[in-house]
Amino acid sequence: MGSYILKRLLSAIPVILGITVIVFLIMSLIPGDPATAILGSYATPENVAKINKDLGLDKPMVARYFIWLGNMLTGDFGRSFSLNRPVIDEVLERFNATLILAGTSFVLCAILGILAGTISAARQYGFADKAITFTVLIGISVPSFFLGMMMILVFAVDLRWLPVSGMYAIYGGGDLPDLIRHLIMPATALAAVATGVVARLSRAAMLEVLRQDYIRTARAKGVPERRVIMGHALRAAMVSIIPVLGLQAGFVLSGAVYIEIVFQWPGIGRMLVDAILQRDILLVQGGVVFVAACYVLFNIAVDVAQSLLDPRIKT
Amino acid sequence: MNRFLKLLFRNRLAAMGFVVLGLILLAVILTPILPLQDPYTTELGARFKGPFEDGHILGTDHLGRDQLSRLLWGTQLSLMVGFAAALMAAAIGSTIGVIAGYFGGRVDNVIMRAVDIVMAFPYILLALAIVAALGPGLLNALIAIAAVNVPFFARNIRGIVVTLAGREFVDAARLSGMSNTRIIITEIVPNVLPVIVIAMSTTIGWMILETAGLSFLGLGSQPPQADLGSMLGEARAALITHPFTSVVPGVMIFLIVMSINLLGDGVRDALDPRLKSGALSRPLPVTTVKRDGPIPAETDDLLAVQDLHTQFHAGNRVFRAVGGVSLSVRPGECLGVIGESGSGKSVTALSITRLVASPPGIITGGAVRFQGRDMIGASYEDLRQIRGDKVAYIFQDPLSTLHPLYRIGEQLAEAIRVHHKVGKEDLRQRAIALLKDVRIPNAESRIDTYPHEMSGGMRQRVGIAMALANEPEVIIADEPTTALDVTVQAQILALLNDLRQEKGLAIVFITHDFGVVAQLCDRVAVMYAGRIVETGPTGQILDTPAHPYTKRLIACVPELGQGKRVLAAIPGLPPVVDDLPPGCAFAPRCDKAQPACSERDIPLAGQAPRAVRCIYPEEAV
Amino acid sequence: MVALDVENLSKTFPRARPLFGAAPPGVRAVRPMSFDVEHGETLGIVGESGCGKSTLARMLVGLLAPSEGEIQIDGQSPGKGDPAEFGKLIQYVFQDPNSSLNPRKTIKQVMEAPLKHLYQMPSAQRDDRIREIFATVSLRESFLERYPHEFSGGQAQRIGIARALAADPRIIVLDEPVSALDVSVQAQVLNLLADLKTRLGLTYLFISHDLAVVEAVSDRVMVLYFGSVVEIGRADSIFAHPRHPYTKLLADSAPVVGRPLTAPEQKGTELPDPLDPPPGCAFAGRCPKATDICRTDEPELRDMGEDQRAACHHPIDP
Repeated sequence: MGSYILKRLLSAIPVILGITVIVFLIMSLIPGDPATAILGSYATPENVAKINKDLGLDKPMVARYFIWLGNMLTGDFGRSFSLNRPVIDEVLERFNATLILAGTSFVLCAILGILAGTISAARQYGFADKAITFTVLIGISVPSFFLGMMMILVFAVDLRWLPVSGMYAIYGGGDLPDLIRHLIMPATALAAVATGVVARLSRAAMLEVLRQDYIRTARAKGVPERRVIMGHALRAAMVSIIPVLGLQAGFVLSGAVYIEIVFQWPGIGRMLVDAILQRDILLVQGGVVFVAACYVLFNIAVDVAQSLLDPRIKT
Repeated sequence: MNRFLKLLFRNRLAAMGFVVLGLILLAVILTPILPLQDPYTTELGARFKGPFEDGHILGTDHLGRDQLSRLLWGTQLSLMVGFAAALMAAAIGSTIGVIAGYFGGRVDNVIMRAVDIVMAFPYILLALAIVAALGPGLLNALIAIAAVNVPFFARNIRGIVVTLAGREFVDAARLSGMSNTRIIITEIVPNVLPVIVIAMSTTIGWMILETAGLSFLGLGSQPPQADLGSMLGEARAALITHPFTSVVPGVMIFLIVMSINLLGDGVRDALDPRLKSGALSRPLPVTTVKRDGPIPAETDDLLAVQDLHTQFHAGNRVFRAVGGVSLSVRPGECLGVIGESGSGKSVTALSITRLVASPPGIITGGAVRFQGRDMIGASYEDLRQIRGDKVAYIFQDPLSTLHPLYRIGEQLAEAIRVHHKVGKEDLRQRAIALLKDVRIPNAESRIDTYPHEMSGGMRQRVGIAMALANEPEVIIADEPTTALDVTVQAQILALLNDLRQEKGLAIVFITHDFGVVAQLCDRVAVMYAGRIVETGPTGQILDTPAHPYTKRLIACVPELGQGKRVLAAIPGLPPVVDDLPPGCAFAPRCDKAQPACSERDIPLAGQAPRAVRCIYPEEAV
Repeated sequence: MVALDVENLSKTFPRARPLFGAAPPGVRAVRPMSFDVEHGETLGIVGESGCGKSTLARMLVGLLAPSEGEIQIDGQSPGKGDPAEFGKLIQYVFQDPNSSLNPRKTIKQVMEAPLKHLYQMPSAQRDDRIREIFATVSLRESFLERYPHEFSGGQAQRIGIARALAADPRIIVLDEPVSALDVSVQAQVLNLLADLKTRLGLTYLFISHDLAVVEAVSDRVMVLYFGSVVEIGRADSIFAHPRHPYTKLLADSAPVVGRPLTAPEQKGTELPDPLDPPPGCAFAGRCPKATDICRTDEPELRDMGEDQRAACHHPIDP
């Protein structure tokens, strides 16, 4: 097992390097020079040259890449000019907020999705199946940002049950119950689509598995149907559900961008959108690489979980 | 095409999606000629008008622009961008996938590594990075969304193409002298096209949603041009004071995406051939029973199948897989049921404890009695208690019939545990003993292995051990050696024979092989087109077959030791059981057939222990 | 005259290189083997799963490039692994008749391919030729406009045979051509094959796991085990008087009416691990006659009586 984890971690190195290359290449497509963007109206030729030299932009592209990479490896992601603070500090702080939001949504979508999919498959064409299928269909069709806005209208403005936006109350608050009250709406809105997708795929995976010969064997042994579904079938279906969960984590992380905007959540998605609009390239680069690297590591965890479940995967 | 549309619209939800999407498309097409107000004319005096105020059917927005006009123009834009992104992603992604999948090897390796790296991004990060580089704008948003979806298509299509490229018809095309390019175009692409269409139809809604999302963030369409996403984004500032402005574009996005999703699901279901036969239904725990006729009376056999009828319903067609079969076994007896594929032998075996997949299977008549009790009418719980405890099964392919994720010890223990209360350590000892019973070497260590770690023969021994777990009265073996090599088969058969004698088991042995029947079975029943055509002691049937089918089938079987020769054949094909001829089903292939054979039902008749369903038998029985 | 001459043909599939260290030795699916087939002869090839018979077949028709060795057909040696060069000389009939026909092509399109691409035949001539071939294998011309899913296994296999014939080959490799078919249909196809062979002067390589079928159609039989030829001899005598213990095991295992049910003598049923092949004779682990030499020295194929060769240190007395 240990060697399998090590192997997967080693295989992540080229992937993360590839990510940095792609991000770097995309960013170097940007027309105009960053110095002008940074300096704005102070962009005299001397100042531009100075900044270019400071940022190492006068060097060839390959050299610039390796300087950037080397700096990142030492934890130096550069300095955000729009916020005037180190990129890594801002990224870590913002990522923490995103993690709380996306993590909650992910757990929600995994549990609810698998549960709904399993029930749906076990009661195929029954009332529960139809109800779940219909709900799921609405869930995957409604834009999460629109759903979030509607939730604000209903639960915050109309019913006044929950706060409109933010992560903590401005006055007082700051404790866990306060966080949870702020988290309920954004986490639910964010989880809606992902839950739908997980439910659909779980249903399909369960239906596929329930047709397999080994399910017939279990029934022929006299295994009670509840155990056939929740044991034999679900366990086998998890083999195809787990990779989907890995993929969905990416979708939840992506959807968080919209939700953070709608609910004024101080997460990394909002930071990135602001950074793009202000052309704060180092902040975009740093944020994207950091989150992508975390996602790669998360997917390794998914692979490890998969190998624990499925003995056929060579460890 | 017609067939496809018919299938599509039989799905009511898909039809609904089609209608909604059709209406939206119609509105969008008519937009330029409809008497709408200009979507860009601002009128600050008329901000946030409600619906139907001042001739604005959907009111106005924060700049006093007509919402209806903006909505329709915005819908047009969103739809076009979404479709364009989907087409781009599908075209580029599928090309990459086809090339990687077909050529394999290094090409595949390099391409798929790159795809993996792109997929390692949470997709929006990549889209944001692309938009950051190209600058905000609708076209750039389109490119970004298309680009992040390319790997999705590439990976999906590659998977399909790898399977296709390994199929025999591609080899055949190579041997026909076709070049790689030609094989890709004429052999591969036509077969992946439906998959591409399915992938597109199920992702197009998603792409519309995503481009709307980027516009919502202010990174897509730039003012004054507005798609649905940017309309929603602009309206958000006034969400609390004037929610209606947000609701209009939001609901439109929802309607578009939902109708496309409904239609997409419909397209997928209609194009996926597995769904046509209803094969994607999951089988119920017990076969559905719809018995109209009288229930046959009790007998004193250990296990008796009485006038059993099992059908498969697929669309309008009814396959009479089992059309009135009666069998019985006594303790310690081995009954062989022999027939070709489609003869109904396996369905008969599965019907005994109602394991026939349902839907589409239905038991429509007769009874199966175990120790006199009717199992066809039994409750699920009664049946469950008999399954595996009194009547156990051995199935054909031991790789697919054992659960891949449980250790074999767990699977054996479970077979016992679901029927008897046994302690954990006892269970393990029982399981080891069972493995020893079926002569598995090193049982103590083998018990902790998984099925995929064993050879086919060993797995089938585990299958037998599992059937023996509760010392059942009857074992039903459904072609247990068909998937095995001949040297392994010999061992398994010998093992079954030993066990039968040791434990006094009754065995119902389903097979297509006369050699196996001859060696193992006391009595044999020959099935053809869902019915027994002949039954009797094995030796007598093999030596003096009475039914012409039996006689000619035996003649077809080559036997070792007779040298090079011309083999006997039966002309024609077995009938399809959804349209059986009246009278004898074998008559069209029989050289002795007379008009009388096809006139009326022919009974199974003769003096016990033999019986034959023929009016001109080869031998009087 | 020799139709097919195989010299030292072998195939080794490389294995993935681990993260550290050198690549492990490849899997030897077919170990170096030599044999020849006469014109008009049928050579049966038998063996159980994992014996290398499919790999051998794919090399013979050029679908797989051999690692080493030489294939000569009618004195010509077609290029390495180029199916188009092989196609005119040798053709292949597949095990699964339905999967060997493209589900989205009509039978006519399937039949035209070899004529068009191997022989560049013009359209009118193609139609004549297809009609001729269909008459030879007794298929109705109305089938030409239909799609593969409309046919039963037996019919599809006839179409597969017709397609092979369209390339006008000298040799046909039949890879388990009847094992997917029911007994009553199997005989129809086997008889058709026998008939075609005499009429068209074909040479067959008939691969099967069913000894009785092989015996019924072959002139000579070659027995494979674990990628090697263990015995080769006349069909009418090899199973009656096997010299190699594995051949005997195979013959004794076939279910025969009237023979009592006892497991033939063998120690186990496990094949050696292809990733870690044992030294010496691959069958030694299962062989009742194995001695020390069998576990160290790989036996060579040598003459054992009339027209029979076996690779065994302790052959069975005839």
